[in-house]
Amino acid sequence: MALAVDGLEVRYGGVRAVRGVDITVGDGEVVALLGANGAGKSSTLLAIAGAIRPFAGRVRLDGRDVTGTTPERMVRAGVAMVPETRDVFPDLTVEENLRLGAYVRRRDRAGVEADRAAMFALFPRLAERADQTAGTLSGGEQQMLVIARAMMSRPRLLLLDEPSLGLAPTIVEQIFAMIAELAATGLSILLVEQNVSKALAVASRAYVMRLGRIAAAGPARELAAAADLEDHYLGG
Amino acid sequence: MTAAIQFVIDVLSLGGAYALMALGLVIVYGILRLVNFAYGELVMAAGYTLYLVGGSPLPWLVMAALAVAAAVLTGIATDYLAFRPVRTKSVTAVLITSFAFSTLLQNAAQLLISPRPRSIPLPEVFSDTVTVLGVVTPARNLITIAAAAVLLALFTLAMRRTILGIAMRAAATHFTMARMLGVPANLVITTAFAISGLLAGTVALLWLGRIGTVVPRVGLEPLLIAFIATVIGGMRSLEGAVLGGFLLAFIDTSLNYTLPQDLLKFRDAFTFSLVILILLWRPAGLVRGPATGQRT
Repeated sequence: MALAVDGLEVRYGGVRAVRGVDITVGDGEVVALLGANGAGKSSTLLAIAGAIRPFAGRVRLDGRDVTGTTPERMVRAGVAMVPETRDVFPDLTVEENLRLGAYVRRRDRAGVEADRAAMFALFPRLAERADQTAGTLSGGEQQMLVIARAMMSRPRLLLLDEPSLGLAPTIVEQIFAMIAELAATGLSILLVEQNVSKALAVASRAYVMRLGRIAAAGPARELAAAADLEDHYLGG
Repeated sequence: MTAAIQFVIDVLSLGGAYALMALGLVIVYGILRLVNFAYGELVMAAGYTLYLVGGSPLPWLVMAALAVAAAVLTGIATDYLAFRPVRTKSVTAVLITSFAFSTLLQNAAQLLISPRPRSIPLPEVFSDTVTVLGVVTPARNLITIAAAAVLLALFTLAMRRTILGIAMRAAATHFTMARMLGVPANLVITTAFAISGLLAGTVALLWLGRIGTVVPRVGLEPLLIAFIATVIGGMRSLEGAVLGGFLLAFIDTSLNYTLPQDLLKFRDAFTFSLVILILLWRPAGLVRGPATGQRT
C-alpha cells in the first residue's frame, strides 16, 4: 500500500489548519507524524481517512486518486482509522464493537471469526471482557479495542492518532509493543504521536508538523539524534 | 379487581400504540439528531391507502400489508426528497423541508381525495368485544397489546443480532466513527426511515381502527404523542422512547379514570402539566443516551 499526499490543505471556516502538506507512506512502512498540539496532525489524518473534505491537494492510494471520498469508501479501499478521541461505541459490547469493525467483510464469516480469535490472542484483556459494554472499559482497554476493531477490516494502511494519549506508562509500553507486532506483519502505519521517543523507536521515517506545515522530515534515526528536535518543533 | 384489570389493559394497549409511535420517531432522531416533522404523514399515508383499496375484494390482511408498505415507502421518500438533499448543509433547512414535506402530503390528500373524513375498511374483530378475567374489553385493545409486544420483540432482536442493527445503534452514538468502519451513511439513514414507516404504518392500523376514518390532518396527534413520549423518555434512547410511551399512556389513562366528567375535556392540560413536572425533575428525559454524538 502506497499512500501519497500532495499539497493537502484543510480549512475550518477561515482557519487554515493544514497548509500544504506532502506525505508518503510506502508498503509495509511505519511513518510517524510528530508535532505540537494544534499543528494540524489530526486534521491531516482525518482528511486522509475521508472524514473531512480537504480544501485543496490530493490523496492517492497506489496511484489512484481518492481525494475527498467518503470514509466508508476509504475503509473498503483498505485504510482504517483510529481517531484520537478513540470513539468506542460505549453501549455496544466489546464483541459487537469488533463485529462492526468487520462490517466491510461481513460475508466472510470464517475469516471474521479467525480474525476475532487473532485479536483476542493479541489483546487477552479484550477476550476477558468480550460481553461487557465498551463504555465500562478502562482507557487503555478502550485503546486496545479501537485498534483491534480497526484491524478487523483487514486494512493495508492503519492511521493511528495518538494511541498513547492519557494512558499510564505501562499501558503505553503495551500499546507500542502491539504497534510493533502489527508492523511486523507487513501493515503500513501512519502514526500521529506526542510521545516523540516512542514514536521514533517504532517508525522508520518521520515528519514533523508545525503550524500546518511540514517543518522537518527524514529517517527516524536521524530525527531522534537531532538534539534540538523537542525545542525547535514540538515546544511551540 | 375488575377495575384494576380494566385499567391495566387500557394502559398496555394505549401504551403499546404510543411506544410504537415514539420508537418510529426516535429511530430517525437518534441517528440524524433531527425530528422528522413529516412523521405523522406516514400514518396518514397508511390510512389513505387503506381507504383506496377499501372497495377491492382483497382480504383485510392484504389491505393492511399494503397500507404498511405505503407508510414504509413514504418514509423512504421523506429521506430522499426532504432530508438527503439538504442533510449535510444546514439543520434549519432540514427542519423547514420536513415541515414542507408534511404540508405537501396533507395538501395533496386534501386536493386529490377530500378534506372530509373518509371511512376505512376494518376487520370484524376490531369491533368485537371479549371477556378477559371477567372484564369485557374491545378485542382491538388485545390486538394492540399483542402487535406492540411482537413488534417490540422483533425490533429488539433486529437491533441486537443483525449487523445492520448493530451498525444503527453505533451510528446513533458516533455517526462518523461508524462510517470510518465502513458503515454506509445513506444505508443506515434510509433503513431508519423505513423502520420508522413500518412502525408508523402498524400504529396507523391500530390507531385509525379506533376512529374508523381518515382525514388529511390525522397525523398530527400521533406526531405530538410520539414527540412528547420521546421527550419524557429521553430523545437519545430507544428504551427511553418505549418507556415514555407507556408512561404517557399511564398518565392519560389515570386521568381518564379519576377526573370528574366536567374536567375530562381539559385532560390534555393536566397531562402536559405532569409532563412539565417530569421535565423539571429530569430535563434530559428519564433515560439518558450515551454521552457523546455528532451529526453527519
